[in-house]
Amino acid sequence: MAIFYILLLFVIIAAIIAVETDNLLSSVICVGAIGFGGSLMFLFLRAPDIAITQIVVEVLGLIILIRATIARDLTFITGDREFFGMVVSMVIIFTIGLAAIRVFETLPHFGVPIFAMVPEAASQTYISQGLQKTGAANIVSSVILDFRAYDTLGEATVLFTSIIGATVILRKKCKKLLEDPD
Amino acid sequence: MKGMTVIVKTISSWVKVLIFLFGIYIVIFGHLTPGGGFAGGVILASSYVLLMLAFGREFVEKNLSLGVASKLDCVGALLFAAIALFGMAYGAASFFYNFLQQQYQYGQPLKLASAGTIPLSNIAIGLKVGASLFMVILALSTFRPNGSVEQKE
Repeated sequence: MAIFYILLLFVIIAAIIAVETDNLLSSVICVGAIGFGGSLMFLFLRAPDIAITQIVVEVLGLIILIRATIARDLTFITGDREFFGMVVSMVIIFTIGLAAIRVFETLPHFGVPIFAMVPEAASQTYISQGLQKTGAANIVSSVILDFRAYDTLGEATVLFTSIIGATVILRKKCKKLLEDPD
Repeated sequence: MKGMTVIVKTISSWVKVLIFLFGIYIVIFGHLTPGGGFAGGVILASSYVLLMLAFGREFVEKNLSLGVASKLDCVGALLFAAIALFGMAYGAASFFYNFLQQQYQYGQPLKLASAGTIPLSNIAIGLKVGASLFMVILALSTFRPNGSVEQKE
């Protein structure tokens, strides 16, 4: 259990550095460190599927994407922070924190699955009969691609729509229109 | 975007094959070991992004152009939808019916050829995610807003 507190401290320090630093590249690397800490937490909670997805998306995807797309002359942030905006965000974070404490009191202990409390939950059926019904040794794979394949279809649709939007907004013709607005 | 130094180019030309192979492994063995279509697809895309960082954008566009990537994206999406519709056409009229496993029972568990439509769905998702992430990064690196130069002054 102590390992989670160490990882939590690591993640919090990385998050503070990511917010406070002036260099954009080191900020991005700190965001990658947050993702790495989360991935290690999932690994210690025995969820390797999520850990792989987390490390791939958060570390590789984020860092490489931002490194590939960032403009070289924009790596430093200048200017001070607004005082009023900081006060408002502190108040909002404090309020959300108060609500979160009340919510966390009702949750089960960290690392204890909530569906294990209900004996006739659907997840218990997935675990006990997943191998016979789908033949997949990886239970997570059998859930996301057989029992709950609608979820995956929706996720694929979201990805497809976002790709269409990105390519339409960022295409070369659009850049030409910006330069020559007739 | 220009390429990097000779050291980076040499190392990445060795490593790209291993990353691509690892992505294919994660996709194909998704129903046996941790991983699956999404993670494998991101690894496949990141091998191309590594090439883009090392050799520059033109080199990658020569290898895998935007048109081919969008066709791969559509093939993945259509394959996944076709698997769902085949399940509807077979027997129990429900979407995503695992007809290969329920009707034929081919292969045995814990072997590569098992689990019915799940490996096929993994391949479809991996193709789709890899191609579409590659397209996003290519589109983002092509786009340079005019404002970024003016803010520097």
